[in-house]
Amino acid sequence: MSTTAWLFLSATALLLLASLAGAALKWRVAEGQPNATIDHLNARIRAWWITVGVLGLAFAFGKGGVIVLFFLISFYALREFYSLTDTRQGDHLALAAAFYIGLPAQYYLIGIEWYGLYSIFIPVYAFLVLPILASAGGDTTRFLERTAKVQWGLMVCVFCISHVPALLTLEIPGYEGRNLLLIAFLVIVVQGSDALQYMWGKLLGRRKLAPTLSPSKTWEGVIGGVASASVLGALLWWITPFAPWQAALMALTICMMGLFGGLVMSAIKRDRGVKDWGDLIEGHGGMLDQVDSVIFAAPVFFHLLRYGWVT
Amino acid sequence: MSEHLPVPIQAPDSPAKVRILARRAAAWCTGQAIIGFARLLTGVRALLAPGASLQAVPTLYFANHSSHGDFVLLWATLPPELRDNTRPVAGEDYWLASRLRRFIGHDVFNALMIRRQPATADAPEAPADPVAQMVRALEAGSSLIMFPEGTRNTTDAVMLPLKSGLFHLARQCPQARLVPVWIENLRRVLPKGELLPIPLACSVRYGAPIVLGADEDKAAFLARARQAMLDLRPDHQRQAEHGDAAQEEAA
Repeated sequence: MSTTAWLFLSATALLLLASLAGAALKWRVAEGQPNATIDHLNARIRAWWITVGVLGLAFAFGKGGVIVLFFLISFYALREFYSLTDTRQGDHLALAAAFYIGLPAQYYLIGIEWYGLYSIFIPVYAFLVLPILASAGGDTTRFLERTAKVQWGLMVCVFCISHVPALLTLEIPGYEGRNLLLIAFLVIVVQGSDALQYMWGKLLGRRKLAPTLSPSKTWEGVIGGVASASVLGALLWWITPFAPWQAALMALTICMMGLFGGLVMSAIKRDRGVKDWGDLIEGHGGMLDQVDSVIFAAPVFFHLLRYGWVT
Repeated sequence: MSEHLPVPIQAPDSPAKVRILARRAAAWCTGQAIIGFARLLTGVRALLAPGASLQAVPTLYFANHSSHGDFVLLWATLPPELRDNTRPVAGEDYWLASRLRRFIGHDVFNALMIRRQPATADAPEAPADPVAQMVRALEAGSSLIMFPEGTRNTTDAVMLPLKSGLFHLARQCPQARLVPVWIENLRRVLPKGELLPIPLACSVRYGAPIVLGADEDKAAFLARARQAMLDLRPDHQRQAEHGDAAQEEAA
């Protein structure tokens, strides 16, 4: 059996266990009554089922499936981002270009593996073209602010997220045909870090890390979560091209970027006065709430691999 | 519309009947396609404010109007069994202007066509009283979608002043439920004069029904109806509007 299939079987088994435990808690401890902590846990387990199911389906179709999946994730994320941004009519052309040209072009470039262009297409060319299009609208009210928001939407939702499928284009000697496992490593470490931070926070959390940004994050939760997720990453060294200590450092980097990414995305939400980016999964936020930690981690993970392991 | 459909096509009496059936089938499919497209673009969903409910009784939904897509979005969020019986109130001049619009307005949406222009040399008969037309439709058991601003709001203002039609309807048709609705974000999806819609998340927010007070005058009732619509807006949108207004004042 391939490593990928084995990973998915283990994930399914783990989730089955988690679901059983969640149901048991619900009936034994909460006796079927609403209980915020237990209901939240069960909602998280449901979201993981969806994550594993959707990733499994995409993996079954190989590179094409993964590109289509992340294209859709970027689409939903971008729609959420711009929905919460107060753009004006003068931005119409720039927004249309972001959706109908920027988004598909970035994924096309990844599909044809043109690294030289897809790594600068958005941060250089889209960033130049978007304000040009916005200025064509002739509206100078809050121009710089609007431009920054439209550019940032594309950066966060398309450029950063597209670096997950871009992992499939890396040619790592001795690791041929196994690149899907890099995505699995990234997702497991990021999601594991979120879950472990939540658990440590519930157990030991006292001192708030950044009360104005994310009221639920505590120093104890973050340190415990990041440390244990780094150990989790080290334990997964056999699915990566890394030695165990390298896997641990890589996981630590991913966790730190994920943490900071989550805080930045949270700051944007607070600025807009909302709790969640959207309501894609009932009571569990939108697409950006699901992927906010992956966003900042993906390009960094990609470049560490590219400059460290691709010869 | 679905009550027309399940008719089995068997030995029709005349070619005319086949044509009617084909037209109804085409209308149903077009309706589904329009709803599907609206959902794909905007992920639209219905949100009910406290005290709001969607019921299968003659209801007048009155909403803010900033885009041609407004009634489509409202229509798409109604449960199918209510949707079949809900007719948008639409300007005849626009919806009868071409064959395609006539098909969409008449066959797909079953719109209640009202004439906005006064009598002219080309159309000498005086326009029917729109309020009377709407009262008749409500009494016949239909629900209606109407935009009390009277026309599309293409200004920077949150809403235009409400026309008096809503008040006259409330007085002449006391048995109809008057449900305020706020359509969020759609004006940014397709602003005036643009052809390409932008995918942005939209929601249709339904409020608790309002009732005309026994001795409430027109101005007071319209002010209350307007406030009921504005109260449905999400917080972040109110902030954005205040921010813009403050900035424009300062400029």
